[in-house]
Amino acid sequence: MRIYLDHNATTPIAPSVLEILIAAQREQFGNASSVHSFGQIAKSLVDDARASVASLIGGRPQEIIFTSGGTESDNLAIRGVAETAASSKRRRLIVSSIEHEAVLNTVKALGKVGWSTTFLPVNDRGIVFPEALSEAITDDTALVSVMHANNEIGTVQPIPELAGITHRYGALFHTDAVQSTGKIPVSVDALDVDLLSLSSHKFNGPKGVGALWVKRGSRLAATMTGGRQERNRRAGTENVPGISALGAAARLAEKKLATRGERATAELRNRLETGVLANVPGTVLNGNGADRVPNTTNISFDRVEAESLLIALDLEGIAVSTGSACSSGTLEPSHVLRAMGLSPHRTQNSIRFSLGLDNTTAQIDHVIKIMPRIVEKLRTLSRSGSPVRS
Amino acid sequence: MRVVAAMSGGVDSSVAAALLADEGQDVIGLSMQLYDQREGDIKFGSCCTLNDLHDARRVASILGIPHYIMNFERQFNENVVSNFVEEYTAGRTPIPCVRCNGDLKFTTLLDRARGFGAPTVATGHYARVVQAEDGSYLLKRGLDATKDQSYFLFTLNQSQLACAKFPLGTLQKDDVRLYAENRALPVARKPDSQELCFVPDGDYATFVERRTTKNPKPGPIEDIAGRMIGSHTGVHRFTVGQRKGLGISSSIPLYVTALDARSGTVTVGPRHELERSTLHASDVNWVSGNPPPTNYRIAAQIRHQHRAANATVSALDRGRARVDFEEAQPAITPGQAVVFYQDETVLGGGWISSSD
Repeated sequence: MRIYLDHNATTPIAPSVLEILIAAQREQFGNASSVHSFGQIAKSLVDDARASVASLIGGRPQEIIFTSGGTESDNLAIRGVAETAASSKRRRLIVSSIEHEAVLNTVKALGKVGWSTTFLPVNDRGIVFPEALSEAITDDTALVSVMHANNEIGTVQPIPELAGITHRYGALFHTDAVQSTGKIPVSVDALDVDLLSLSSHKFNGPKGVGALWVKRGSRLAATMTGGRQERNRRAGTENVPGISALGAAARLAEKKLATRGERATAELRNRLETGVLANVPGTVLNGNGADRVPNTTNISFDRVEAESLLIALDLEGIAVSTGSACSSGTLEPSHVLRAMGLSPHRTQNSIRFSLGLDNTTAQIDHVIKIMPRIVEKLRTLSRSGSPVRS
Repeated sequence: MRVVAAMSGGVDSSVAAALLADEGQDVIGLSMQLYDQREGDIKFGSCCTLNDLHDARRVASILGIPHYIMNFERQFNENVVSNFVEEYTAGRTPIPCVRCNGDLKFTTLLDRARGFGAPTVATGHYARVVQAEDGSYLLKRGLDATKDQSYFLFTLNQSQLACAKFPLGTLQKDDVRLYAENRALPVARKPDSQELCFVPDGDYATFVERRTTKNPKPGPIEDIAGRMIGSHTGVHRFTVGQRKGLGISSSIPLYVTALDARSGTVTVGPRHELERSTLHASDVNWVSGNPPPTNYRIAAQIRHQHRAANATVSALDRGRARVDFEEAQPAITPGQAVVFYQDETVLGGGWISSSD
């Protein structure tokens, strides 16, 4: 049995979405900017998708800019706002300390070219507290960016409150909603944000396509310059098949959310979480007590290196990820868990399970069943941290 | 049977993994990330690590085996790099590969392998493990005499050897490359590594200076009679037996004969002054678990590229041993290993502490 529990990394494309992707790729090769009928058909596919994506987040179609994915959307939001603000007195960017690297490293890069940057702390549940923003924000703040749901622990941030504070200082508010879109209802009005990033492959769409929603009237400079696509805000020939498939994924997600389909995922997640915490000794839930997206759980396993547990689980056909960003081979403790004030030990022993539409009760029960044995084996046979010799 | 293959991305460990996979064994490829690869990112193109890990992954993919990169930076730093720096600053010439084999591959990696249900670790060393009639394990030289690496494995004990597999031990290097060619492995023609993996430019002195907490101490260069004939910027820049880079003009070739880190003195002399008949070793490992009788006749090898010389060995207290050579040996270098052989079999070995 192969069990995929890493949906926050990416999700399998939904069969109906795949059909649309293939059909567009095969048959609709027209350039959406072309005047002729080939172009018109392509353009209508993009327009349909724009309406679907806007509908999913409660925005207007003309407020959607299609991009290559979440990272580009984050870059466009931050760099695009920064560039328009460059001529004003606003020289400060504020983000949370648990943002995705796409936000963190973009802001750090701008910090090196003269921008003042502030990284907001989080509490031990992984929540940005609004008081911290109230203290940090200044009249010269151009943009505040706080993610909607965290990718590692799934905590949902108090975006409306944070956005309200931001607006009182006349600054713009961006949220990276890559990990919440499609998982929970997302409404740009309710969130009160000015910019919102989303990514197709996190909710059963294809990779390489995403969107940035920009509230009508917000000033934003293009970071990708060239042709006049996307209302002059994102140059380059549209990825028509990808965009069309993103639209299909958005419609699928909206339909699922309309029938509260996310509750099934929450039930499975809770079953997994309760089962692992009850059956494996020495486990602790990270982000406990906070509002979380329904598909994510992050658990620390005492006396087990997360890296070893990930491999041992993979050898059993179970795909999870570590809280640490060690895909590149560097073992940096998770900046998210560190920001929550967790001990280095606990940050290095954490595993993220993230569920999706394809998971079943039988799969979750299988994981709960074999988990104690795997962890016990690692604890007894594989001495975590072999003795250091002088 | 499940087996972990330690894969560095070189041709030897790749073929070792291939041989096991082709036998139908349940092979898991593991590569050790030993130092921060972001350093490599900055000097992209000069550092081999990223490419090596990439090569290991490509080989595993061709073999159809799972492959993982595990992070052993902390262990490598604590067990291997720190010791390397300390030894050089103490006026000795270390062999980090021995510690990497004993403390990482056959300790930490073996521990991890057990956790994954693999009781055995296979490496690409040219050495053999043979089980004797009494059930004990013998460590023997690889059959390719020019590539034999048993010298680097002398610290292994019985429980480690019981879990070690060296699939290349009975092969010649040419055959290994041919196997890689036939198996269409992308590393088939990859050159053998010449330098220490963590000092790819071979500049040990600069590496030590960057890592050490103590400031390198300048000192005198003296001749055998104790006359000062030059000066230097730190003993870590020298090794016993070294001739080049002394910065002294002399009618006869001069060699480093001794290093005294405490006084900072480098002693130089003519070649014959390098010869010694007796050495003392510390931290001696006896592969069988038991030392041989006093004055036991063996062949002692004092460097990787040294032809083992006839000698007798006597185990002393506190893990030490004395080796008396039949004929005086040139450049017995503190910090290097002395390994005791009986024919092809490694009886044990230790770290050279002094000679006289």
